[in-house]
This record gives sequence, structure tokens and C-alpha cells, in this order.
Amino acid sequence: MNSQEQTQVGVRRTVIRTVAVLVGMFGFAFALVPLYDVFCRITGLNGKVDATAQSIVHEEVDESRYINVQFITRGSPGLPWQMSVEMRQMSVHPGQMAEVDFTFTNNSHSESWGRAVPSVSPSAATTHLRKISCFCFQEQLLKGEERLTIPLVFQLARDLPADINTITLVYTLYPVEHAIRNASLNSAKSDLENENDPNNNLSIDPKNNKAAGEAI
Amino acid sequence: MAPKLPPQPPLQHSSTAVADGQSHGHAAPPKGILRWLLTTNHKEIGSLYLIFSLTMFFIGGIFALVVRAELFQPGLQLVEPEFFNQMTTMHGLIMVFAAVMPAFTGLANWMIPLQIGAPDMALPRLNNFSFWLLPVAFTLLLSTLFMPGGGPNFGWTFYAPLSTTYAPPSTTFFILALHIAGISSILGAINIIATILNMRAPGMRLMDMPLFVWTWLITAFLLIAVMPVLAGVITMMLMDINFGTSFFDAAGGGDPVLFQHLFWFFGHPEVYIMILPAFGIVSAIIPTFARKPLFGYASMVYATAAIALLSFLVWAHHMFIVGLPLVAELFFMYSTMLIAVPTGVKVFNWVTTLFRGSISFESPMLFSLAFVVLFTIGGFSGLMLAIAPADFQYHDTYFVVAHFHYVLVPGAIFAIMAGVYYWLPKWTGHYPNERLAQWHFWFSIIGVNLTFFPMHFAGLAGMPRRIPDYALQFADFNLLSSIGAFFFGASQLLFVLGVILCIRGGKKAPAKAWEGAVDLEWTVPSPAPLHTFETPPVFHRTSH
Repeated sequence: MNSQEQTQVGVRRTVIRTVAVLVGMFGFAFALVPLYDVFCRITGLNGKVDATAQSIVHEEVDESRYINVQFITRGSPGLPWQMSVEMRQMSVHPGQMAEVDFTFTNNSHSESWGRAVPSVSPSAATTHLRKISCFCFQEQLLKGEERLTIPLVFQLARDLPADINTITLVYTLYPVEHAIRNASLNSAKSDLENENDPNNNLSIDPKNNKAAGEAI
Repeated sequence: MAPKLPPQPPLQHSSTAVADGQSHGHAAPPKGILRWLLTTNHKEIGSLYLIFSLTMFFIGGIFALVVRAELFQPGLQLVEPEFFNQMTTMHGLIMVFAAVMPAFTGLANWMIPLQIGAPDMALPRLNNFSFWLLPVAFTLLLSTLFMPGGGPNFGWTFYAPLSTTYAPPSTTFFILALHIAGISSILGAINIIATILNMRAPGMRLMDMPLFVWTWLITAFLLIAVMPVLAGVITMMLMDINFGTSFFDAAGGGDPVLFQHLFWFFGHPEVYIMILPAFGIVSAIIPTFARKPLFGYASMVYATAAIALLSFLVWAHHMFIVGLPLVAELFFMYSTMLIAVPTGVKVFNWVTTLFRGSISFESPMLFSLAFVVLFTIGGFSGLMLAIAPADFQYHDTYFVVAHFHYVLVPGAIFAIMAGVYYWLPKWTGHYPNERLAQWHFWFSIIGVNLTFFPMHFAGLAGMPRRIPDYALQFADFNLLSSIGAFFFGASQLLFVLGVILCIRGGKKAPAKAWEGAVDLEWTVPSPAPLHTFETPPVFHRTSH
């Protein structure tokens, strides 16, 4: 039967095409993850700041504007840390270098790994906030009851949009799980050598230090 | 009650080969349960889908009644808040994935081959498989309610991190159930596309197809495009929960907002998947009972396609408050409002079809007319929600609940019921008891409005959704809603009674059960024999 065979060929063709679209859309869903990241990095859309140190840009300080920069710190369940900032807000000129101290306190008796993840609001300001030195670039280790103060050095770009007067920088502390596992393994060994010297982990890499040094 | 005018004798095309299956060498079907487990017949599979959907409609309905009973008055009376959350979540999941979607697939299985003159679906064994995946998926999903930690409790939208970091341990089962249900929908969609594109009666062009077939073709393309995205999202959730990835976890460099983008990229086309076939059913019923051809057939097709295309460009209107940049708020606001244009074309066409028609008000027509009016109300509240600055106020309030229940209950579900009353004579050979159907209609329409209309006011006054307890000023609205919900729920028993009575007997229906009906399904006898159109019918082009 000619027409029946024709139908069968047609059905097979339709099935192959729809399955191709299916596979394509499944792949597309996963491709959206890196695409979203790239899109956000370019536009600063979700307030994600570049997680690498940027070098200072020497430009004239725009003394005609004061920008109010607010700092918010938040803990999260699963990490017995407290994070505080020396001042809740500060005023800076665009182009001016600024430094503010953040203090991390481990309230438990055992060491743990954590990471402070930043978010900037409004998102239009994200790409104009340059961090020269930040603890948020790395995971950190705090020993039991340890207290650590680390500075954040940043600069607001001069081309910050004119309608932005206030920028809020939020840090949320998150436990780092794989590191927790390693750390607990280490402490189980009660290894006093302690390869995970906190200073090692917290030391900012030389390039950043240099940049920070210039700033200070 | 039969149509007011006696139906015309059916037109017998010489080639409308009707049926007795034996002469074509079909083996006798196995007896008992095996017959249903192994069936590859589109009519039997269609019936299975519809029975499954009706069962799930009642299970999901009972969950809704638990919610409404708890909200009957302020304070916590009946259930724990944790269980309340599981009930709201399960109600949504069951109604969307196990009641509305399978009901439309069931109607598609029954009616698409009959409407295009095909002997069966293109891939009958796949058809059997895609149905039997559903009971597996939803047994698994319902079983999570009995697991330690309870079932899913994060809302049917399962936003991360509620559904990852803070989810109950049963979430992995929820993901598996949704994967299986998704595969079932995808296979069903492939089958429908293959059938419509390749198995139409000779001479039937795409623009000759009944609108139910057209809307289902477009719906099937939507399913093919977005169900894989849903599968991708839940796979990412699975990996975040079990394999230590951080797609949606800010601690590891992921982003919970990404979840919402991906989910609504699936979710907005999904809500059109639940309404486009309803447009098709109503577009079949209104011309039949207005005894006029449908006004603007071609514009109906183009409007459906336009709605489907626009559905991919509006997803972020569900996320106006996540902190989108201004330009995105504007884009999604305007693109959402744009959808009102093709939808308006449809409503206009239905109303114009009624204009100067010889209208009679049998139960399918009553449900269809209620659909047009109440769906339009739901559409208008959708326009209010589309206004980004206003949405900041409405977001996550009962106004949203009122909106989407207006488009889904008197929208999708009324259209399904209209379709069932319309096609029951073809399926069973008997007219449904018209008096009972009219009681069902009037109770339903009172119940629906009593349940959902006060929710608009509760929402505008600020009552948030998904809460087991509420402030005292919302007490009156909630009292009305709860009374309406129980009234509506109880009146659906009349529907079940009507269907059962119709299967067992009733006034005999001729092949052309409704006087004004024109499509090919009315050329085969009632009840439709197991095998129809084994020789393709000759299609005569009608007025559209």
C-alpha cells in the first residue's frame, strides 16, 4: 500500500525531527546556566560582583558627588560564625579609594570553612563597584573561637550612573561543605601540624596585596 | 434533554468505512485487566486518560478542600502548618500535571483521529506507554505524603532553595515522579504531532482542520519545546540535592534567581498548554449550538499561534519583584499585555459567532458560554497583574490565586466538561441526562464564583497566599470562599453521576448527535465503534 508506506515515512520523519528538538531544548536548558552567568557578569544584573581582584584605576576623584555605601552582613544556618562591620555606612566620592574592616568570629569550638558571598543593590551599580581587595574572593578557615579582622578595599568608578546615590553591599556567610568534610577529617586525625594554616588561606595573593598596598 | 430540534440523519459518505473490526483482521482483544494494560486503541487509551484525570481531579480536589477547611476561620484548627503546605503544593501539582493535562491528552486521543479521519494515532504502542507512565508517576508522587518528613511542601512552583536546601528528604521522589510525568507528556505530544501532520484524510489541508486539532497541534509543539526545559531544571535540582553541584546555591556560585528564570521559561508556556486545547473545544461547541459556522476561522488559528509564540517572551512577569532592571520590567510588562490582543481576537470571534445565531442552551453550550465570560474575567485580572508597578502590590497575594483559578477552573476545567458533555453521545451512544447536567452546570457556576471571586478582594486587601492562618480582617472573604469550595466540590459528584448514567444508558444518540455539528467525528455511528476510518473518508471542504 503506497499511501500507507508514505504515511509511515512521514511519521518517522516527524518523530526524528521532534526528538531532535527535544534533545536541543534539553541542552538549551543547561546552556542557559553559563549564558545567564555571562549575561549577569556583563550587565551586573543579579548583583554578582566580579570574584577576582581588580586593579585600582587612577582617576580624578569626583568631589561633586557623595555616594552613600551601606554594608549589610548576614549569617546563615549551618555556619556558627558571626560577621560584623566597623561601620554600617560610609560616604565616598566616585573615584576615591575606601577601606572598611569586617570582623569574622567563629562562635563554636571547632574550626570550620566558610565563604562570604557578596551581592550589590541596585544591580545597575554592580559593574561600577571595583574591589581591589576582598575576603570574598576566597573560602576561609576559622579555628574554634577565632576572631579575624580583614579589610575590604574598594573604589567606585567615576562613570557611576548619576541617578544612583546609595549602594548597598550585602555579604551572606555560607558554609563550605567540601571543606567542612576535609576539616573534620583533619581534626579527627588531631594533626597538630595543621596544614590549613588560616594565614595561608586568608593571605591575599601577591598581586592583590600589591594593589591593596597602593591603595593604603 | 436532547437538542430542541430533531437531529438530521447522518450523512453517509460511501467511503466512511465504519466498522466492525473483525473484518479487518484484528485479533480479539485480551480479556479483563490485560485488555486495558495492553490496548493500543486510541479510543480505549483516551478513555483511560479521562478516567485517570477524573480520579486525580477528585484527589487534588480533596487536597484543596483540606486547605479551604483550614482557612474557614482564622487560627489553626485542623492541620499543622507543615501539612497545610504539603496540601497546597500537592493540590497544585496534581491538578496541573495529573488532572488538566491528562484530560486534554485523553480528549486528543479520542477526538483527533476521529476529527481528521485517521484510523488511530500514528504510534499506538507509544500511546499505550505514555498513558501507563502516568499512574506510575502519580502513585510515586502521592506516596511521598507518607514518607518521613512528608511530601513536597514548597508550592507547585518548587522555587529553589526551598526545594533544594530546605526541602524534605522525599524531594528526590518528587523529581523522579515529575520526570516520568514529563516523559509521558512528551511522548503524547510526539504522537499527536505525528498523527496530525501525516494521517489527515485525503484532501484535508491544515487550514481545513477543526480548531480542536489546530490548538492541540500548537499545544504539542509547546510541550516539545518546554517539557525538556522542565526536565533540565529538575535534573539540576536533583544534582544540587544529591551530587553537590551549586546551580541554585549562592554559596557555591549559583543563583536561586536562575531557578525562577528557568522554571518560568517552562512555566508560562505550560499555562498556555493548559488553555489552548480549551479554546479548541469551545470553538467547536459554540458554532454547533449557535448553528452558524465559526466566525474568523483563520484568525483563530493565527491568534492561537501568536499566543504560543508570545508565551516564550513573557516569563519574567512572574518575577517582577526579584530585582529586574527597569528595561526588563518594561519589556515583560508590554509583551505580557500584547497577549491580550490575540486573546481578544478569540473572544471577539466567539461573541461574533453567537451574534444572530439560532442559539440553544444545552449543557455543552452552557459550559462554553460560562467559559467565555469567566475566562475573560481571569484574563482581565491577568492584565492587572501584568502592570509591573501594580504587581509589586499584588505579588504572592490571593489576587494571584483568584486570577489563575479563574483561567483554570471556569477556563480549562469548564471547557473539559463542555467537551465531555458534547462528545459523550459519540463515546457512549447515549445523550447524558440533560436535567442532571444543567443542575451540575448551575451548581458549578455558583460554586466557582463563590469560591474564587472573594479571593480577589482578600488579595487586594493584602492577604498572602500559601498561609494556614491569617489576620482577622480577611475572615469574611475566607468564610465565603470555603463555603463555595465545598459547594463546588460536592456538585462535581453530579458530573460523575451523569457520566456513569450516560455510560449505562439513556436516550439513544444518532451518528450526528447535535444538529449543528459539522466535523468528521459525527459521520461515524454513535457509539463510535472500536475501529473507525480504516479506509480514509473523503473529506468535503466546509465553509471555513
